[in-house]
Amino acid sequence: MVRRPSRRAYVAQWLLLAGVVALGWLLADMVAENYARKNLHFGFGFLADQAHFDIPFHLISWDLFDTYARTLLVCFLNTALVAALAIVTASLLGLLVGVMRLSVNWLVRNIALAFIEFVRNTPQLVQLIFWYVGVLQTLPSPRNSIHLPGGVLLNIRGLYVPDAVMRADGGIFSWLALAVLTATPFVWRLRIGSLRIGPRALFLPLLALILFAAGIDHIEYPALSGFNLAGGTQVPPELAALWVGLSIYATAFIAEIVRGSIEAIAKGQHEAASALGLKGWQRLFLVVLPQALRIMVPQLTSQYLNIIKSTTLGAAVAYPELMQIFAGTVMQQAAKEVETMVTVMAIFVAVNLAGSGLMNWYNRRVTLVER
Amino acid sequence: MRYITRVATCCAVVAGMVGFTAGSWAQEVKSATIDAIKKRGELICGVDTGIPGFAFQDSAGKWAGLDISYCRALATAVLGSADKVKFIGTTSKVRFSVLQSGEIDVLIRDSTLTLTRNTELGLATGANNFFTGEAFMVKKALNVAHAKELNGATICVLTGTTLELNIADYGRANNIKINTLLFERPEEAFAAAEAGRCDGYTDDGGSVAAARSSMKNPDDWVILPELISREFLGSYTRQGDERWNILVRWTHMAMLEAEVLGITQANVDEIKKTATNPEVRGFLGLEENFGKKLGVDNDWAYRIVKEVGNYGENYDKYFGPLKLPRGWNDLYTKGGLQYPLPWR
Repeated sequence: MVRRPSRRAYVAQWLLLAGVVALGWLLADMVAENYARKNLHFGFGFLADQAHFDIPFHLISWDLFDTYARTLLVCFLNTALVAALAIVTASLLGLLVGVMRLSVNWLVRNIALAFIEFVRNTPQLVQLIFWYVGVLQTLPSPRNSIHLPGGVLLNIRGLYVPDAVMRADGGIFSWLALAVLTATPFVWRLRIGSLRIGPRALFLPLLALILFAAGIDHIEYPALSGFNLAGGTQVPPELAALWVGLSIYATAFIAEIVRGSIEAIAKGQHEAASALGLKGWQRLFLVVLPQALRIMVPQLTSQYLNIIKSTTLGAAVAYPELMQIFAGTVMQQAAKEVETMVTVMAIFVAVNLAGSGLMNWYNRRVTLVER
Repeated sequence: MRYITRVATCCAVVAGMVGFTAGSWAQEVKSATIDAIKKRGELICGVDTGIPGFAFQDSAGKWAGLDISYCRALATAVLGSADKVKFIGTTSKVRFSVLQSGEIDVLIRDSTLTLTRNTELGLATGANNFFTGEAFMVKKALNVAHAKELNGATICVLTGTTLELNIADYGRANNIKINTLLFERPEEAFAAAEAGRCDGYTDDGGSVAAARSSMKNPDDWVILPELISREFLGSYTRQGDERWNILVRWTHMAMLEAEVLGITQANVDEIKKTATNPEVRGFLGLEENFGKKLGVDNDWAYRIVKEVGNYGENYDKYFGPLKLPRGWNDLYTKGGLQYPLPWR
């Protein structure tokens, strides 16, 4: 029909696209019809309604009269917090265990191997429940808290850390401290004449600490009051269980990625580094790892995305994240099933696309430029 | 010969038409759900995943409980046998979706009857088979006597329920702060309460009694006297099949009417043989056409009592062991809220 192959391919692609659009339209039409048949109506107007329920753990202020839209923000921040914590922890632990796997020491090598095999081959949900019920719920009651150094208390209700209460005019000191801290890396690169500032910039974080301390009025220590401890900042066991559970699981996979990437570096690189007189750790950190990083990045990306998606398992350990609160409580209270599920899916797609975009950008930056 | 064939055909067609019309006269009640159940030969009933009192499985995997009895009574009414039921356990989160999608015929799952569920979810209210309110259970060692003393306490709650809202409203009204911890499944909430992660557990009165019975040492726990909300539980059907909804409602009335009339599983046969009271005779289908009007046969109420028993019998059987007094769920004649509408 169409002679030229390139044009034929063009037509075929457009036909395929039209087919996909038609299928999507058909699905949307089906949903609309089912909605009409069940006397339901689709819409996001409910986001402006007041929630009237409590969220056990929130990073920003939360009040019963806040809207469902703010519920979404609160849950999103809870999800983001645990995802960020788990990604950082899993990366550090993964690097450690991955390097341990290549150790010349038999014991170290095999401990790492046993850890990886055990963690990789048990279901993640089971591990989470284990951390929550098996470990954290065996801690003592608030009345018999374990006293840790520095006024830190540990019990079944969580880890209670002393809080710094700022003076009324203390805010300005905190902002100054933050500004000084942000400036540090720029100052590091600065040159005055031929003098490079470099590590001398490290006095700035110290200054920031002093500034911050200057704004503190007093330290509030957690103490028993009524049913619970009052004062201080609480790290709830639900957050800890999810954080540890996600980190440990991802560590096992990341460790294998690290090991594989290091082994992929040509042996000559190790030997060349030795010939230059570099010691063991120097060889690893200055020569091998920077090159292995290039190989790791694409695989790490998919692990990070997995961690973000797995935060939804928090619903099993009572951690108030998107799935538990927005696609749970809000879904029921507002009676908006399709809307809440679509919202949660859209958020995860957006976050994961942004995450993988960021990693791809980083990947392009570190790739070996071949000429 | 040809003529005879033609006449015969005509007769057959006329007979067929008459038969069809007669058939549709006989079957006045039209309900897509009842037809589907009859065709399938089985009622599909959405129930709780497992809570003592309402719906639970014994060691042999057989379902029992007050809600289960309602499913069995409905199957008896429509299909003539209480065993022709398939039970689908649903969590608090998915129960209404499962009903909306048509996976189950009716939802009898200790669900509170509310305005939003009636309107936004597009569900029709069936029967109100259990009157209760939200109650608290706390450890005895905490020395708490009233709900108002719970300021600062942490309470385990199931997510996606009316309970979350009640607790917040109660705290607001009494100027106290009750912290909640939200769980998806009762098992995990019980475990957290048992371990001491929460100071207590909250649920509908009946379910709290059930929760206490499943604690390692039930005597360590005390149920506070206040009910902080109305939780009037019952069944739901989909909107758009009014006749099915009516049958669900009147099945509940039948179980209550039997108790009012003093008819039990044990004496129903005896009463049927000797009955002279017109109310009793009408109920058991010896007079009147109540069953026909509902789209089932006139024997239906007799069969329900015979196979499932009356309301009081079922209450005592399933809530007696939980030491939950009848209270609001007693008959209106005894100071309770349960009443059958008139059989007229």
